[in-house]
Amino acid sequence: MSIDTKTAAKVAKLARIRVEDDALPALAQEFNTILGFIEQLQEVDVDGVEPMVSVTPMRLKRRSDEVTDGDQQGKVLSNAPDSREGFFAVPKVVE
Amino acid sequence: MLDLTFETPKPKVFAGAKHDWELVIGMEVHAQISSQAKLFSGASTKFGAEPNANVAFVDAAMPGMLPVINDFCVEQAVRTGLGLNAEINLKSAFDRKNYFYPDLPQGYQISQLYEPIVGEGEVLVELGGGKARLVRIERIHIEQDAGKSIHDMDPHMSFVDLNRTGVALMEIVSRPDIRGPEEAAAYVTKLRQILRYLGTCDGNMQNGNLRADVNVSICRHGQYEKYQETQDFSHLGTRCEIKNMNSMRFIQAAIDYEARRQIAIVEAGGSVDQETRLYDPDKNETRSMRSKEEAHDYRYFPCPDLMPLEIEQAWVDDIEASLPELPDAKKVRFMHDFGLTDYDASILTAEVVNAAYFEKVMGTASDGKLAANWVINELFGRLKKDECDIVDSPISPAQLAGIVALIKSDAISGKIAKDLFEIIYTEGGDPAEIVEKRGMKQVTDTGAIEAAVDAIIAANPEQVEKAKQNPKLAGWFVGQVMKATGGKANPKSVNQLVAAKLGL
Repeated sequence: MSIDTKTAAKVAKLARIRVEDDALPALAQEFNTILGFIEQLQEVDVDGVEPMVSVTPMRLKRRSDEVTDGDQQGKVLSNAPDSREGFFAVPKVVE
Repeated sequence: MLDLTFETPKPKVFAGAKHDWELVIGMEVHAQISSQAKLFSGASTKFGAEPNANVAFVDAAMPGMLPVINDFCVEQAVRTGLGLNAEINLKSAFDRKNYFYPDLPQGYQISQLYEPIVGEGEVLVELGGGKARLVRIERIHIEQDAGKSIHDMDPHMSFVDLNRTGVALMEIVSRPDIRGPEEAAAYVTKLRQILRYLGTCDGNMQNGNLRADVNVSICRHGQYEKYQETQDFSHLGTRCEIKNMNSMRFIQAAIDYEARRQIAIVEAGGSVDQETRLYDPDKNETRSMRSKEEAHDYRYFPCPDLMPLEIEQAWVDDIEASLPELPDAKKVRFMHDFGLTDYDASILTAEVVNAAYFEKVMGTASDGKLAANWVINELFGRLKKDECDIVDSPISPAQLAGIVALIKSDAISGKIAKDLFEIIYTEGGDPAEIVEKRGMKQVTDTGAIEAAVDAIIAANPEQVEKAKQNPKLAGWFVGQVMKATGGKANPKSVNQLVAAKLGL
């Protein structure tokens, strides 16, 4: 699989990262290097091998259903560029 | 399964300009899990809080914050799966669905694409008249809800409230087994009923706690059967997804509109684009959500913050053992044990609180049909008038059973029973005592009734002559006798006596 500049532009757009047109070829090249490495990994035969999700024998930690957090409107909004009446205020997004 | 016999209904047919068409509908129902805290944080799920008050740093996606799963939410998903006769996957896993939207601060929704917690199940959707559709469930997965954007408070800005962000949802995905707008609404109604019986979702559609996405496509007669045989979707038309509807009426109207729109396109020689659409109830139409199309590239991948979710069979067995009696089983039992009609049993089992009330009435009442009439017609009607909930009913099941017993034993007439009902509803008290004290007992003593009939006949010789010409006038005499006895005469006896005395 090879990534062209068009695909690189699409990926950048989906990730909401601005990439100038003249930087796209280099970005596409970088992607290709990464994918090349992954292709190499795909040569390994993993048939019947359970995917490993952790190097330590851990299990998913669970929590009981209790309200232990929240009530911190001021803190939640403190990094927002704009907030009004307890809401985050963002440029209009409407369907 | 259950001892329920039903006939599979025919699909609804839509007449186009050229042909008849059928619909194929699949649904994704999002049901909010009835938990106190969110799926991955300890913030409250309470509806109606101050904006951004129910937000933990995990929900606001602050850097470095990690999700920890709420055990209760997992349990409710399993419970729901068991309630839908579905297979439970002891191992499931979470994936990230990536997209950007202001009310989703993480930039991805944590969901379960590849390994959902619940697999295939089924829902029996009754459609009245002995017809029912068995709708297959494909899967149920757990995922996070998004926040809420408000667009009408300012001309240039949208306001974002993250209170709902991260609340636990179950997405219940059906197979495309639904064949018309009414069936779609009936499916959601049935699902909602089961969820409420299970207690896993409160089913409050107005607050958005139960919402449906509907996939609609059209096909010619016979195509659906080919799909059924082969499970090959190429026999069906291109589907459109109508997003996020929170009323049964909207679901039906949107499907109806969408069917006609697709038929018009195809009959004009065009083709339907697979797309996401939004239903606008004000204009009664669906519109394309073009902005969603590009973002459809969700780039799912396993969530690296969460280990796979592994549960024990013993735990699942415990949950199964704690399941309540579900609607289908309860309805069959009500019909069988109390001699109710299908219709009455459906009404009484629609809500678990109603069923519980009726069951308490039947603890002492003996005539199920009569008790059902009184609960459905008198009690439900009266409660509705007062906008009162059955759990706050001023008449207890024992009192209602008392009224029913008095009717059953012919102690009071049906008409007097309504007065008695009203007295107990407003003043309370023991039915038998009130009847005794206020002299409401029905007169079954034929001697007394006979005397009343004789008196009326003696006082109205002209009417007697008329009645002999026109037997229908006997009703007038019955009415007069009832009036004279204060409505306490047994109507059956009065009818017989009037007829006999007039020689009819």
